[in-house]
Amino acid sequence: MKEKGLSSFMNKNGTRSVMASLISILIGLAAGSLIILIVGISNPSIGIKSAWDGIRIAVAGLFSTGRDAAGALTFGFNSTSIGNMLFRATPVILTGLSVALAFKTGLFNIGAPGQYLAGTAATLYIALTIPTTVVPAWIVWILAFFGGMLAGAVWGAIPGMLKAYLNINEVLACIMTNWIAANLVTWLFDVSSLKNVLESGKTGYIYKTTHNGVATPKLGLDAIFPNSQVNAGILVAILIAIIVYIILNKTTFGYELKACGSNRFAARYAGIKDKRNIILAMALAGGLAGTAGALYFLSGNTEFYWTTYQTLPAVGFNGIPVALLASSSPIGVIFSGIFMSMLDIAGLQLTNLTAYNEYITDVIIAVIVYLSAFSLVIRMWLDGRRRKAKAALETAAPAEPVPEEVKAQDESGAGIAPDKEAENK
Amino acid sequence: MTFLIRQTLIYAVPLMIVALAGVFAERSGIINLALEGIMIFGAFAGVLFVRLVQQWGIFDAARASGDWVTLQGFMLLSMGVAALLGALFSLLLAFAAINLKADQTIGGTALNLMAPALVLFFIRIIANQNTLQMATGDSASWFMLKKKMLGVSGNMGFFGETFLNKVYIATYICIIIYIVLAIILYKTRFGLRLRSCGENPQASNSLGINVIKMRYSGVAISGALAGMGGFVYAMTTANCTSNGDVAGFGFLALAVMIFGNWKPLNIAGAALLFGLFKCVAASYSTLDINGDGVYFLKEIGINTNFYRLLPYLITIIVLAFTSKSSRAPKAEGIPFDKGKR
Repeated sequence: MKEKGLSSFMNKNGTRSVMASLISILIGLAAGSLIILIVGISNPSIGIKSAWDGIRIAVAGLFSTGRDAAGALTFGFNSTSIGNMLFRATPVILTGLSVALAFKTGLFNIGAPGQYLAGTAATLYIALTIPTTVVPAWIVWILAFFGGMLAGAVWGAIPGMLKAYLNINEVLACIMTNWIAANLVTWLFDVSSLKNVLESGKTGYIYKTTHNGVATPKLGLDAIFPNSQVNAGILVAILIAIIVYIILNKTTFGYELKACGSNRFAARYAGIKDKRNIILAMALAGGLAGTAGALYFLSGNTEFYWTTYQTLPAVGFNGIPVALLASSSPIGVIFSGIFMSMLDIAGLQLTNLTAYNEYITDVIIAVIVYLSAFSLVIRMWLDGRRRKAKAALETAAPAEPVPEEVKAQDESGAGIAPDKEAENK
Repeated sequence: MTFLIRQTLIYAVPLMIVALAGVFAERSGIINLALEGIMIFGAFAGVLFVRLVQQWGIFDAARASGDWVTLQGFMLLSMGVAALLGALFSLLLAFAAINLKADQTIGGTALNLMAPALVLFFIRIIANQNTLQMATGDSASWFMLKKKMLGVSGNMGFFGETFLNKVYIATYICIIIYIVLAIILYKTRFGLRLRSCGENPQASNSLGINVIKMRYSGVAISGALAGMGGFVYAMTTANCTSNGDVAGFGFLALAVMIFGNWKPLNIAGAALLFGLFKCVAASYSTLDINGDGVYFLKEIGINTNFYRLLPYLITIIVLAFTSKSSRAPKAEGIPFDKGKR
């Protein structure tokens, strides 16, 4: 009886998604550690002892507290690291939500970097140009926040409209709009008067929002995590994740969005306005990515490097792994976003404390994304193992058919929905 | 004018060759979103090879005696190395997309994330900074073709000055490879089979064509071309350095491919057009088109950022008008399943 309870727990879609994600994370960490080890062994100036230090930091960098007098690594509660982790998690949770929401509606929002930039630009422009001597700072904050959200939404709606009315693949439209945004933002700030000219050595940066006295309140979080950048933004991000969860799972609108994602034509047959829903889904996704930019730069201690025309913000792209790791579940995104920024902190510690550098954590993230591209295979493998166990119990177990979703995904061609299986509850 | 043509070619040729890389993958049925990543990886591989060979001092004698033919051979070798490693890297995509039937867009995105991460990780370890440079000298002094090498000291006329002085032979090699591969794609049995796998793989399979093998070849050729294109880009425009970034050229190449409707001739035209924009954006304020000392483009006063975003904007507009009659390979992005009808 007890075994049955366990197997029904293992059968749940959510459990399997979490398992698949955990396996991806473990393989990603193993791959990163392997690279660290190989580099350490083949490079005499690093050596195996430093390699071991590197692996420990890469895995548990969040709890690193530096080195003791003897030069050995020490671990413990590090309030700065944890606070900074929460601060950095804020934008990735939101871009992750952006990508996840699009996935749920059958769209691949690779346009998050562009939407993030659009949001950033609008936010900074509003926060820095409305004088706080006339308008109270908190009103400016709210205006800037919603301005960023709106700009992101507009920028996301463009590929949505191209997809809905002209049937242009949203991946291509998003890539193009990303670069257009990067150039437009550079252009906007190039001709603006917001460049930081007061501090020398800050060429290429826009003023911090504190220049105009606008900053996200800390709400006492700085007392819990002293010496860190944490602010109320993380709470806003978590709140938004919960709102997205409610919209997607508890409202008719969310149901319509998901129906369009599963099969646009069937949804239309059922009387759902598929074009309107595609545009709305992309606008919402864009709004979330725009909010990421807004919250990150409204913190008051972050600076925006405005000549972005050659590079797109990594935060936007990191939304993709965050969403994939969470199997596009809005609540899961909170955790995978925090995990992603934990890796980020580990990367910084790696640069500070060892012969390695922060880019190894990006490699780990890339491996995780690569694995999640065939998460379906991993899940099927998990299924296969379970089926084997079942077959061992019942001698004549009927063969389960291959999940129909695999085929449906091929045929729809409308977009990418790696979580289709999860939809089929 | 000479400067304009020369610069346009420098930008257009990597675009062209990488766009062709996209064509080979997509025509075999695999969406290669990883062009950018493979370019980054290829550029790194090529630059690292140049650096290592320089440190071993193999070509020092040739360099000292001004033996430019040998140095060009060195460059060719580096291009080959970049192509080989680009192909190897792209096999990651092929394996995920073909054997594991993974989502190709996500697989490509993974490679796009992985390439800069890996490259920067190793550059930091090797060079202790964020840019990997040549061990000695610069790109122009080692690999650039100048008229005095050909034994000419005077003016070579418009044609000679434009196409033979201060150019990289790599540019012409890429054009030759481009033409050869375009012919292979359209006029040989292999090309026809490859294209059939991107249109209707089940039909190809029923005729005895090994779809898996064809798709692997498509992706490997694609990776080789993108890797080489990345190195050529790094050598001609970035002074043979690698910093985990090719300024969105891979994505621009993707745009060129779509703009050119997956056809080599159109792609060449589109690449030249986009190359022209890149060139104008980079140097519009000092550009003297007809040699009368008037900087026409500067006097119009259009912001440089406008030229920079123009290629992407045009691509969207073209897509908007042509998406109905788009000739994208029908089976691209769909994992091959023998039993499917």
